[in-house]
Amino acid sequence: MIIQESLFVGRRIYLAPLDPENDAELEARWTHDIEYLRLLGADPARPVSPARIKKRYSELEQEMDDKDNQFYFNIRLRQAEDERAEVEAPYGRLLGFVRLHWISWSNGSAFVSLGIADAQERGKGYGSEALGLILRYAYAELNLFSLSVSIPEYNQVALHVFKTAGFREEVRQRQALHRYGRRWDILYLGLLHEEWQEQQGLAA
Amino acid sequence: MKQDLLSGEMVRLVAPNPETDAEYLARWARDSEYLRLLDFDPARQWSIKKHKEWLEKDLVETEKSDNFFFMVRTLADDRLIGLVGLDGILWNHGTAWVGIGIGEREYWGKGYGTDAMQTILRYGFDELNLHRVSLSVFEYNQRAIRSYEKAGFVIEGRIRQCLRRDGRRWDLIFMGILREEWERNLTDTT
Repeated sequence: MIIQESLFVGRRIYLAPLDPENDAELEARWTHDIEYLRLLGADPARPVSPARIKKRYSELEQEMDDKDNQFYFNIRLRQAEDERAEVEAPYGRLLGFVRLHWISWSNGSAFVSLGIADAQERGKGYGSEALGLILRYAYAELNLFSLSVSIPEYNQVALHVFKTAGFREEVRQRQALHRYGRRWDILYLGLLHEEWQEQQGLAA
Repeated sequence: MKQDLLSGEMVRLVAPNPETDAEYLARWARDSEYLRLLDFDPARQWSIKKHKEWLEKDLVETEKSDNFFFMVRTLADDRLIGLVGLDGILWNHGTAWVGIGIGEREYWGKGYGTDAMQTILRYGFDELNLHRVSLSVFEYNQRAIRSYEKAGFVIEGRIRQCLRRDGRRWDLIFMGILREEWERNLTDTT
């Protein structure tokens, strides 16, 4: 861990702040992609308007500020080669989001969630790269102790991405979802700080 | 058809009354052991007024059918001893979370909590037509785990080392009960 190394810029993507003014149209279009919403979780798919997106993100940013228990980033494609230039450059293309939420500071635990909303850009490893950045952020910057993620059983891609990053299956909530005409489990996976360190070759 | 859906063998579930119940909640919440059995957040102290506001907020959510929140009273002498509620309901999947707390210490370990849990499960499955009910419980709360198993819940896994209290880490245990398991338990016991 080197202080000069950017926490937010990866090899091909970077973590950016919310930009609802410019992204609302695109984000609203993504809420009409039912398959995407079903990959993310249990809530009923509900398409929303760009105006609603703007409101939702301004509430989210207010909540992040007030409650101090979550961090939300946009995942964007890098434009510039140089890390520092990236911060100055106009925003690169929006791919999705990654966030840490339900952070319990006294216990050092939190949940992570991640989505590559642009279907054309899935399967290229951007999600794994964003996950790598958020794990380093959670463990090297926030000093959290453990992270959890919940994934519908039918989202095999997400299960593979998180397991490859070192997450282990911990809970199987039986039949918690009713979709595609049958019931599915929700899986909870977890990764401890020390397991992440071992993966990084940073073992204490 | 069961005559009184909201009565069990030892307790009944009643609507919260913020005017009278808030001072009970505030009193229970002065007991740090109770708080640490119940809540993930740091134990802390709030005014009676704040407890009253929370109760009022719960009632608003109950009216929107986002949650179903009850106070627990003994059948024998109508004493207010705790609370129980279903929340996080997802109607599209027929799922909910349940939470329970018996605030009056002299009623711990005597079956009142188990009876309240069985009563709200019947409400969840017979009235709300749920498919499953979930809960999470702290590894150190063995009395609660035994009570939930008695009510028919099974352990579905554990979030490893999710809590840190009293200098060590503890798992967060997830339990669940499916409608078919609940129905089978009923026929087994009658």
